[in-house]
Amino acid sequence: MRQIASLFVICLQLSFGSAHAAERTHEYMLNNGLKVIVQEDHRAPVAVVQVWYRVGSSSEYDGITGVSHALEHMMFKGTEKIPPGQFSEIVSARGGDENAFTSTDYTAYFQTWSADNVALSFELEADRMRNLLLAEPEFKNEIRVVLEERRLRTDDNPRALLGETARSVAYQTSPYRQPVIGWAADLQNMRIEDLREWYKRWYAPDNATVVVVGDVSPEQVLALAKKHFGPIARQSIAGPKSRPEVLQQGTKTVTVTSDKTRVPQLYMAYKVPVLNDALASDSEIKEWEIYALDVLAGTLDGGPSARLPRELVREAKLAANVSADYSSTSRLATLFSFAAAPSGANTLEDLQRAIVNQIEKLQKEPPTAAELDRIKTQVVADRIYQRDSMFYQGLIIGTLESVGLDWRLNDKYVQNIKAVTPEQVRLVAAKYLLPERLTVAKLLPGAGE
Amino acid sequence: MKNYLSTILIYLVLHIPFAAQATPEIQHWVTSNGARVYFVEAPEIPILDVRFVFDAGSSRDGTKPGLAQLTSSLLREGAGEFDVNLFNDRVADTGAMFSTGALRDMSWISLRSLSDDKYLIPALALMQAALSKPRFDTAAFDRRKANTLIGIKQEKQSPSAIASKAFYTAVYGAHPYATPMSGTEGSVAALTREDVVAFYRRFYVAKNATVAIVGSVSREQAERIANQLSNDIVSGEVAPPLPGVALLQDAATQHVEFPSIQSHVVMGQPGIKRGDPDYFSLLVGNHILGGGGLVSILFDEIREKRGLSYSVNSRFIPMAELGPFTASLQTDSSQVDEAISVLRDEINKFVASGPTSKDLDAAKQNLIGGFPLRIASNSKILEYLAMIGFYRLPHDYLQTFSDHVAAVSVDGVRAAFKRRLLPDKMILVVVGRTDPEDG
Repeated sequence: MRQIASLFVICLQLSFGSAHAAERTHEYMLNNGLKVIVQEDHRAPVAVVQVWYRVGSSSEYDGITGVSHALEHMMFKGTEKIPPGQFSEIVSARGGDENAFTSTDYTAYFQTWSADNVALSFELEADRMRNLLLAEPEFKNEIRVVLEERRLRTDDNPRALLGETARSVAYQTSPYRQPVIGWAADLQNMRIEDLREWYKRWYAPDNATVVVVGDVSPEQVLALAKKHFGPIARQSIAGPKSRPEVLQQGTKTVTVTSDKTRVPQLYMAYKVPVLNDALASDSEIKEWEIYALDVLAGTLDGGPSARLPRELVREAKLAANVSADYSSTSRLATLFSFAAAPSGANTLEDLQRAIVNQIEKLQKEPPTAAELDRIKTQVVADRIYQRDSMFYQGLIIGTLESVGLDWRLNDKYVQNIKAVTPEQVRLVAAKYLLPERLTVAKLLPGAGE
Repeated sequence: MKNYLSTILIYLVLHIPFAAQATPEIQHWVTSNGARVYFVEAPEIPILDVRFVFDAGSSRDGTKPGLAQLTSSLLREGAGEFDVNLFNDRVADTGAMFSTGALRDMSWISLRSLSDDKYLIPALALMQAALSKPRFDTAAFDRRKANTLIGIKQEKQSPSAIASKAFYTAVYGAHPYATPMSGTEGSVAALTREDVVAFYRRFYVAKNATVAIVGSVSREQAERIANQLSNDIVSGEVAPPLPGVALLQDAATQHVEFPSIQSHVVMGQPGIKRGDPDYFSLLVGNHILGGGGLVSILFDEIREKRGLSYSVNSRFIPMAELGPFTASLQTDSSQVDEAISVLRDEINKFVASGPTSKDLDAAKQNLIGGFPLRIASNSKILEYLAMIGFYRLPHDYLQTFSDHVAAVSVDGVRAAFKRRLLPDKMILVVVGRTDPEDG
């Protein structure tokens, strides 16, 4: 993330897709393996160009954690044609809004500006796809910036530190155990050679997707893509080696104490599958299970009418706030997680019991038809609301493509959610939200508070 | 490289004249009981956004800090015939999204709904009830109050929240803008349900309301909607003007001890009002100094050249009275003195010398070229309507935005900064460890 405002965690829970996207969306594949997806949106004379690379912290391994994100920073630091510092000046001088973001599964760059700047976006992005300088002086400075970013986001933020610790405990072998920003020691020890190697390995047309949403003509975008990206050679990239998470065999617990903490915080996370797991050819996991997990998350925390805010915050007054989170669109199996802060004299143990009670209730008794109807109504409405943001429409397409899914899944989302039955929600709660899949993490005030 | 860059410059010259686009036409009227309505018809997507903005921010808290935010949060906790659970269920049944909030100048309640009557009619009924018949049930009041107290405790674990509170207190002294928006543990503990009801009755009135509507409805429908939503609200009286903000007499530095690795730095002083004649000179000038995202003097000097901070920026926050000018950064406490000295030097230099004409042109190109992005979605247009209405800015604000930016000159920026910023009277707040080596 170059700037604070960019997106650290991208949550597509219950809300991806846009109505009739297929009619407005065009997909092309260049000879060098670059996929170009164009979605027309002619409301305003602007366009967003996003370039997505299939590389993120889950491609990394011990010793080089954070290299994908550090490289993202360096992508603004000059090529043979564009000297350091010029990239952002060029974009800014034409009214552009630009940034980049890194996740577990991808690194993405974007410019939003007048639609007639798509050619310039392509020219600049094609240039930095293969011609980055990665000069030592710029790196020495930028890695200090990244360390400050880590201090700001994580080290000095008790709740973020709790999440980072919890993920590193919950996952034993999955690369999702590593923080996107990297461990501090790895950042301190990082060398420019690490970035050069990483860049050479992953930044290539056949490991990228270009997404354009806006007031553009798909044919013209294709012609521009061929002109600017076409000459770049395919690199025949092999994806990261597979190291799936080992079977967890019992609840894990971890405690973080911090002298900055005033309010304790509970984090609970169950290992669950994602769409990729269900769509794998030999999978025993059914696709409906994934959509049922989405609906389960909605039943628990799909707005103020859902069970957790109603029961734990308003009725029992156990929690000051509580949330459930599940995203089915990551590359690897993920966590179905809960976060809560206790209210009054209640303890984290009280909260944990209450959340487990809510889960057990759903394992015995399916949700009501009214609850499911609400979730389905919200999904339908969200699909229309999201047409108000070109950036978000691009984000959905880019995310799906970057984690190995097809953007067309998007169009089937409403129908897949609508097909979920109350009993299927009960079944996935009973199958996945089990003690042997659970990690419990607690944030407690340090001594002297 | 040379060829490449000159191509870009040619693009620029050719490009600017075409940046102009159809700006949304703002329709304005006043409801029979005095609510001022601002409407833009946007037929492309079948949705509707409605926002009621009241002059009922925390600057109206008086002796009860936290009251405005608590009142605002209770608007969606049950209204009319709907208790809180029924209210939330009905909202979910319509697929609508409600939100409420309060800052120093204003509080608001917003609805986003599908514009299909099947969803819109029940959603509007809920908003009507929330606006005119909030129940303020004791249980909801007690719970929200307790949770506000927990929120205040959570703010005490955030160095940036601590810095912001200390900054406003130091800059605004006895002025209502000094009030911490969420209140203090003492002030919130003392709030009663009667305080909330009295605040609501005084300030949530039609004459104190601005209504912004954007969506796929006709003018006629928008008028009906505005009437329906405001008719049950008491006409009431507009809130009295806030007192003026006194300029600082002296510079001051405040250190707040906190066990963080980084020190959070905020520097600033009272700045400008909405509608201020210096607004565009300061907007363009500050864009160059520290407002331009990834391109600004502060970003370049502090982050790009020295690697001292991830985030660094300066802002003018125009408000009903003089809102603050702030410059802020965060850095490892061992190097905070260096960072503060660069920050101070660059601000002083900019105030003394103003921008170069090259920087000025680049900033104007960004603001003018980027104007279409500012109005590229219904939600962005809604924000503008609420701002234009609330602060009574000219209705052609959007139409004339680019002309105003284009008219800004190097001398104008220099003069405006000299007039409006007093570098020798800055408040400096630093939150962190005094002696990081002891950490």
